[in-house]
Amino acid sequence: MSDHHWQAVGRLDDIPLRGARCVKMGEITIAVFRTADNRVFALEDRCPHRNGPLSQGIVHDACVTCPLHNWVISLETGLAQGADEGAVRTFPLKRDGERILIDLTRAMVMAVEE
Amino acid sequence: MRKKLVVVGAGMASGRMLEHLFEDGTDAFDVTLFGAEPRGNYNRIMLSPVLAGEKCYEDIITHDAEWYAAHDVACRFGETVTRIDRKAKVVFSRAGETPYDKLVLATGSAPFIIPVAGRDLPGVRAFRDLDDVEAMIAAAEKPGARAVVIGGGLLGLEAAAALRSRGMEVVVLHLMGHLMERQLDPAAGYLLQKELEGRGIKVHCKAQTKAILGDGRAEAVLLEDGTVYPADLVVMAVGIRPETRIAVDAGLYVERGIVVDDQMVTSDPDILAIGECVEHERICYGLVAPLYDMAKVAAATLREKAATFRPVETATQLKVTGVNLYSAGDFADGDDREEIVLRDAAAGIYKRLVLKDNRILGAVLYGDTADGAWFFDLLKKGADISDQRDTLIFGQAYQGGGRLDSTAAVAALPDEAEICGCNGVCKGKITGAITEKGLTTLEAVRAHTKASASCGTCTGLVEQLMKLTLGDAYNPAAITPVCGCTDLGHDEVRRLIRAKRLKTIPAVMQELEWKTSCGCAKCRPALNYYLVCEWPDEYADDYQSRFVNERVHANIQKDGTYSVVPRMWGGVTSAKELRAIADVVEKFDIPMVKVTGGQRIDMLGVKKEDLPAVWAELGKAGFVSGHAYAKGLRTVKTCVGSEWCRFGTQDSTGLGIRIEKFMWGSWTPAKVKMAVSGCPRNCAEATCKDVGVICVDSGYEIHFAGAAGLDIKGTEKLGLVRTEDEALEVIVALVQMYREQARYLERIYKWAKRIGYDEIRRQVLEDKARRKEYYDRFVFSQKFAQVDPWSERATGKDRHEFEPMAELSLEAAE
Repeated sequence: MSDHHWQAVGRLDDIPLRGARCVKMGEITIAVFRTADNRVFALEDRCPHRNGPLSQGIVHDACVTCPLHNWVISLETGLAQGADEGAVRTFPLKRDGERILIDLTRAMVMAVEE
Repeated sequence: MRKKLVVVGAGMASGRMLEHLFEDGTDAFDVTLFGAEPRGNYNRIMLSPVLAGEKCYEDIITHDAEWYAAHDVACRFGETVTRIDRKAKVVFSRAGETPYDKLVLATGSAPFIIPVAGRDLPGVRAFRDLDDVEAMIAAAEKPGARAVVIGGGLLGLEAAAALRSRGMEVVVLHLMGHLMERQLDPAAGYLLQKELEGRGIKVHCKAQTKAILGDGRAEAVLLEDGTVYPADLVVMAVGIRPETRIAVDAGLYVERGIVVDDQMVTSDPDILAIGECVEHERICYGLVAPLYDMAKVAAATLREKAATFRPVETATQLKVTGVNLYSAGDFADGDDREEIVLRDAAAGIYKRLVLKDNRILGAVLYGDTADGAWFFDLLKKGADISDQRDTLIFGQAYQGGGRLDSTAAVAALPDEAEICGCNGVCKGKITGAITEKGLTTLEAVRAHTKASASCGTCTGLVEQLMKLTLGDAYNPAAITPVCGCTDLGHDEVRRLIRAKRLKTIPAVMQELEWKTSCGCAKCRPALNYYLVCEWPDEYADDYQSRFVNERVHANIQKDGTYSVVPRMWGGVTSAKELRAIADVVEKFDIPMVKVTGGQRIDMLGVKKEDLPAVWAELGKAGFVSGHAYAKGLRTVKTCVGSEWCRFGTQDSTGLGIRIEKFMWGSWTPAKVKMAVSGCPRNCAEATCKDVGVICVDSGYEIHFAGAAGLDIKGTEKLGLVRTEDEALEVIVALVQMYREQARYLERIYKWAKRIGYDEIRRQVLEDKARRKEYYDRFVFSQKFAQVDPWSERATGKDRHEFEPMAELSLEAAE
């Protein structure tokens, strides 16, 4: 396996401002978030609390609030904020103009492990 | 050996006496406390708020079982003392003899029942104890029930207002020419009468009751002039007389009350008496302040300490929510008396001071009672007011030139000014306790000083004193911010959105100086709702500020699938609809189908990407979104009503469908559930809904502010309307008022409690012009809200919500 598997997943405009879209890869769902200031992040679409779909949450600053029980997750680090403890898997992401690319190395390891 | 103290009567006076008795920690007595009621001491003054539903019994208990146990009081509640043997020094009750060394009689008073035919019929009640209150509440529960209150004094009017607020039709019969003639002059009595009539209470003065009519129970009251008032409940509140029977039987000296000296001792040196049963210097007392003084003196006498009871001036306030009334002293006309009167009929303000030799003899304040304590203080001190005669009537704020604000007025009060009339607590005692004991809450001040702990009408003054003493450390009405992104509360934000005409979320955050760049999951949905509600035609809904359910128009489940609930108007469905649902369930392999509490069918476990297709199929059968996910109108539950049911009085199903078709699609601060029942048997369970209708023969009883979730609460009665059209208009106006005023996520019952049931009733039921304005605003906003979100999405709107951006195979990535 090489160090990076960059894969184009879509364009910036595909994602609503302060919103998210999903990228499906087998059993794994990756949520790609776009913040108010047009930064983009990729996290596994699974809250560390009760597996809530983070892509369905409300995006504010560089955080998302899980729709199931309101855990707040940092998009930058994947860490739960405030009193809650837990982490979401993050995926390296880069932009090529409007195109969004995700490094799927980690996702592939996850897929093999599962 | 400790002496035996027997106390007969567990009322407010004896409760206070026991407190004083235990105050210094010595326990010189073995105390036995008899009470005729099957419960301990409670704050009888607060029965009116209990009757009005503003407080419950638990709120007004002054001494609980724990307190009696801690002080080793043997409680004999529900046990009446029938006889005293003074020679043997024992009292007799059902359980036998109880010996005493000292005996305290605190038997209180009995309501005076006017001797007319029918006075013993069931349905005739006094207003004296909790049993009376419970009986009255039960009577008020019958829809359309009517009450006649005999007696237009303090007690009668409090009962009348409370019963009216419970939805009864109320008539007050008063023997004299104007209401509360012992406390009010005719002018103030007239203003009070107008206020009560404005609330729908009929007042009949100079009414001489001839008989209470009824076959087996009270049905009507007949007056001497021939007038007949139908009545399901008759409340006798014409006065009280001291309860002296056992004292008379025991041969004690009794006139109108049990005669006591300045130490509260009766003609028998081992027997004391306190409270409403006593007579001191030819006067019997009924207000609580002097009774508390008696309690203090009696406790001192029992502990063989010197204390003297002196008659005190007392002031009166009426405990009817929304009525401000204060009277003190003597205000009869007289040749040697002068008066200063201020009248502002439009503002509903009337103030009258009776003067003699430049000193205040009496004061009557109606509408604005803020200066009551100040006038009363001048009255008690006998202060010469010649210097301030010109401005006296305007109140303390106008003395000494510039106008003071109300806090400054309280600051200017002398230390000995009485703040709490019930408990005789002066300003200095309160501020002293706050400083010395480091008190910071109203509850703590009440616990340490008793100020505002009885009738509660001086709470505002006590709070102002706390503010003065503690400065910024005390902030009673501290605003809870919407969230961490702002210091503003929900109400302030709503007001500013309106005032500054802010029409987007970024504009709100910019103008109101939000601390975060784009808010959070708490404030954004709130702001989005406030803007939708305020500018229905102009505001572009921000979907990214909506909770997922409202964004994808279905309810997210724990596994990330969704549930789908189509609208079934009024809970009515058909073979065609059921067939369509069955087909959808099979086609999309939906794992569960369930009937909801609101009479709808719920399909659970729908995959998100299937949602638009599911809706498209349902749409073909005519279904639209049931908004089971929305902070909006959810369901109107109905029974089959007059169309099928042999008890139905109106077409409840039809009305439910009509309401639902009129109101669906509207966004509200929190979910709104309604129901319409066709008769008082209430099969649609309308009395625990946000809004409920109970159909009766004479029309539609509208209920609101119920809850059956985290909290359980029966509805409040808004009122009775005659026609279906009117019912719809009132309900729509009520919901619009709620939409415009409530805080986001605040259910109707919480909002209504905060705003006041009477205020809501006034705005949407009584004030017809206001009602129409609310109604029109709702209708306008519906033009933009009544769009079926399902059909929109079935045809492609927001497709991105339901489709993944990309589907990758592992191979492709490699």
